[in-house]
Parts: sequence; C-alpha cells; structure tokens
Amino acid sequence: MADSSGVTAESLEQTIREKLGATYVQVVDNSGGCGQIFEAVIVSPQFEGKTSLAKSRLVNTTLKEEIAKIHAWSNKTYTPAQWEKVQQSQSEAGPAGVA
Amino acid sequence: MSLFTRSLLQMARHGVAQPTRRTIPTLFARYLSESTRAAIDKAVASSPVVLFMKGTPEFPQCGFSRASIQVLGLQGVDPKKFTAFNVLEDDELRQGIKEYSSWPTIPQLYVNKEFVGGCDILMSMHSSGELADLFEKADVLAPADETAKEPAQPTDG
Repeated sequence: MADSSGVTAESLEQTIREKLGATYVQVVDNSGGCGQIFEAVIVSPQFEGKTSLAKSRLVNTTLKEEIAKIHAWSNKTYTPAQWEKVQQSQSEAGPAGVA
Repeated sequence: MSLFTRSLLQMARHGVAQPTRRTIPTLFARYLSESTRAAIDKAVASSPVVLFMKGTPEFPQCGFSRASIQVLGLQGVDPKKFTAFNVLEDDELRQGIKEYSSWPTIPQLYVNKEFVGGCDILMSMHSSGELADLFEKADVLAPADETAKEPAQPTDG
C-alpha cells in the first residue's frame, strides 16, 4: 500500500474529461497520498440512454490501465439530466432552503 | 463456505492439465485459462445469487464487500439461494473473476448467472428500487414469515 501507483486524482480527472467528454468530474483520492484509492463522480452526455452497468463499463474500459494500477476504484456516473436532479434534491435538503 | 470454494475450484480443474501458477501473475492475469474459466462458470452457477467478495459474509475484509453484504441482507435475499466466494483465498479466482466479468474491481454480484455489477451499482440500484425488482423477479428473496397476508402464489419457471 505504501508504494505510489503514479496515478493521481488530477491525472484521472484529465483522462475522464478527455476520453469521456465529461462535463463535470470530481475525483477524490482517499488513499492518504499513495494514490491507491479513488472515488469519482462523473457527468457526461455519453452516458445518455445507458444503464448503470453500461455506464460503469464504459468508464472502466476507458480507465483500464489506471484502474489496474490502483487498489480501489469507485465511481458514480450521471447523465447531465440525472446530475441536475441530484443537485436539486441536494439543495432542497439544504438547511436554508426557501421555495 | 471457504472449503466449498476450494473444492469447487479444484473439482473444476480436475483432470485438466495443471494450470499456470501464480508465479507471473501480471503476465497471465489477462489470459483466463480454460480451467479457471470452467471453475468460475461453476462458481457463478452454484447459487441463484453469487457474490465474489474479499473475506466472508461474517468477516468481510473490505468496506465495499461489507457494504454489498449489508445490502443483500437488507433486501432479504434468501441465504439458501446465496453463495459467497472469498477471492482472497484463491489468487487465480481473484484475478480470473476480473477478466471473466470484464470488471476491474471486487465485489461482484451475479444473479442467475448474469453479472449485475459491483458495489457502486448495487448501492444505486438499492436506493432506486431496481435491486428489489431484480431480486423479486429472480425469485431469490427469503420466504415471508407466517404473518404474510398474501396467499402463496404459484411460481412460474
């Protein structure tokens, strides 16, 4: 676990933006610096009409080399429309929400 | 459960030329041997619901595997229709299952021999209700207890 994988949140984000045409990407490195554990939120129009499984497969195929190097990989995938809904429901749940 | 895993894999390999050992795992991980594939075929078919995980349902060795087991429990999957395979006990299975499913991470869930997904997918299907539908249709939920109001329905298939 101490060995660095050479993969960083930045490099993953860049690859995801370039290869998946992502409109929003957030990659969090949960490994404490060794570059082994990542969590991602990915929003891309390329996910349109795909099931969760198909979306994740697309991401996994795109990031095949990177994922092989790291220990843990978790990703949430949304189409732009789905992402809008997620954000709406989050803001509605906010403490200061006024209609 | 773990003994079962081993014997199943060994059974499937029996009579087949000795498979590649783990001496050069990175080289061979990409090429799933016939014997490993046959062993995983059997594992996937061993129960209607099959989870490949790190550790055991009682003692998961990874947070993602633990979360997946918890979801299966919350959904009420019938233990009689469920088998878990601990990939940490068999390096061939651990590497082979990734290639077999074309899925890079563990845990991995199969229902009626069909790959459903990993932990993230289980979680999102759990909260959307899709997982409940899937389990219902697959007829893998534990029978309702005596308080069940609905009369028993004949199951088709």
